Amino acid sequence: MSEHQDPHDAESDEQPPMEAARYPDGSILYPAHPLGPDGAEPVGTVDLSKYRATVITWTTSTATPPGVREPNHLAIVEFDVDGESVRAIGQLTTDGVEIGDTVEPVYAEELRDPEAGIREPASQSWDGYRFRPIE
Amino acid sequence: MDRVAIVGASMTQFGQREGWIRELLAEAGQDCLANAEIDGDDLEHLYVSNMASGEFEGQTGIANAVAHDLDALPAYTARIDQTSSSGGAGVYSAWQSVASGASDLTLLIGGEKMTHRSTAEATDVIASLTHPAEYKHGVTLPSFAGLTARRYLHEYDAPRESLAKVAVKNHKNGVDNPHAQFQKEVDLDTVMESPIVADPLRLYDFCPITDGSAALLLCPESVASEYTDDYAVISGIGGATDTHVVHEREDPTVMNGVVDSSAIAYEQAGLSPDDIDVAELHDMFTILEFLQSEGLGFFEQGEGWKAVEEGVTDRDGELPINTSGGLKSKGHPLGASGVAQVYEIYKQLTGTAGPRQVEAETGLACNVGGFGNCVITTIMEAGQ
Repeated sequence: MSEHQDPHDAESDEQPPMEAARYPDGSILYPAHPLGPDGAEPVGTVDLSKYRATVITWTTSTATPPGVREPNHLAIVEFDVDGESVRAIGQLTTDGVEIGDTVEPVYAEELRDPEAGIREPASQSWDGYRFRPIE
Repeated sequence: MDRVAIVGASMTQFGQREGWIRELLAEAGQDCLANAEIDGDDLEHLYVSNMASGEFEGQTGIANAVAHDLDALPAYTARIDQTSSSGGAGVYSAWQSVASGASDLTLLIGGEKMTHRSTAEATDVIASLTHPAEYKHGVTLPSFAGLTARRYLHEYDAPRESLAKVAVKNHKNGVDNPHAQFQKEVDLDTVMESPIVADPLRLYDFCPITDGSAALLLCPESVASEYTDDYAVISGIGGATDTHVVHEREDPTVMNGVVDSSAIAYEQAGLSPDDIDVAELHDMFTILEFLQSEGLGFFEQGEGWKAVEEGVTDRDGELPINTSGGLKSKGHPLGASGVAQVYEIYKQLTGTAGPRQVEAETGLACNVGGFGNCVITTIMEAGQ
């Protein structure tokens, strides 16, 4: 397993939550939507960074857009939050993972260069959580 | 109700073109009008399918520009953007305009100019349709394909080679399409040994970046014979939307937009999947041909790969898929692709597909936006 350790991975004391929204029917969505199942508004939040997840699928992208690391290891993972499953997509800290592996979220201050792509830098956040395999 | 007829169709050469978006759109539009012996000012509505001329070229207002260039004034005009299903959405709008009685003669032109951008830039323009939670991780449409293909192969125990066989089949079909970007066959080894783009998918699992345009002329079926003896009718059309955030879908290997849009189209046409003789599917990535053929009900969930292995979807098979060469071989100028799919079905149903001709009375086109985020399914029958 070749480790890709980005300097931005360094865990800081001021990590924002990996915030998912909880809805009245008990479902949890990441990212949050203003209206969830049955058109209901969120009733709370869940910090997914406190949980571990299972890899549903993964890829390594080699044709990356401007400002994105190359290669870019990505995965869709599934969290189990007290019996309620919620999925997320994100970069992996390394290649060599397999479907079914367990991962944990690791904060990164900048996932791609906000200035390099087509999207207006001020229109969204650029930090977030990568997924690191747990041995 | 008077059905909507397609009485004319055209498409330009797909590939790397010198013309810019206005010229490409005018080229297909002018050909379509000339073939039907129609003047621009006979048109009542003119729709232009295009995803991103502003982002690619800095040219907006293209519907107005093309209406002027084709002397179609004062026809009502609008640009239709539904990302890579803009073409299908344009077919939907053009169909609506005639079916509702708002227009008795509608021209639809779909087109995109992309090749002047680098692969990285074009990839980013297309990836800009993603949710911020996806975009900041550098998620692209090809990476969605890699993620989904890996899950599909894992879940259904399908061999990696089955995906490559989609590329081999569609390249073979493209040899007989004079408008296709690639008119050459590729063999299995070439696909399997090409560079990785989004593991497990390789270069030949992906469509190219393409310039080009296509056009359709629509009118009520009751007056179709005034324009031509050979026409096709849209007997069913449905549009549906899936989640913007792709990972929120319950089953990553199911395209709900395909299932839902085709259910509407089948019901409207009074037909079932078994009635379809030929289909054009949105094979932007090889994996999408499996997912769509299953979502459309042609094959059971998880068994689309077997149909390719067994030759069912070959041009001489039981259900030919992508006789045009598909997006894979023909190319994928975003706003043109959905229109060009209907062009191919029109050619098949009017018996004018030349060496690509198959026996068909009923055909289907399925145009996908994003990674199944928006889908248009169109069912057509030969005119009586």
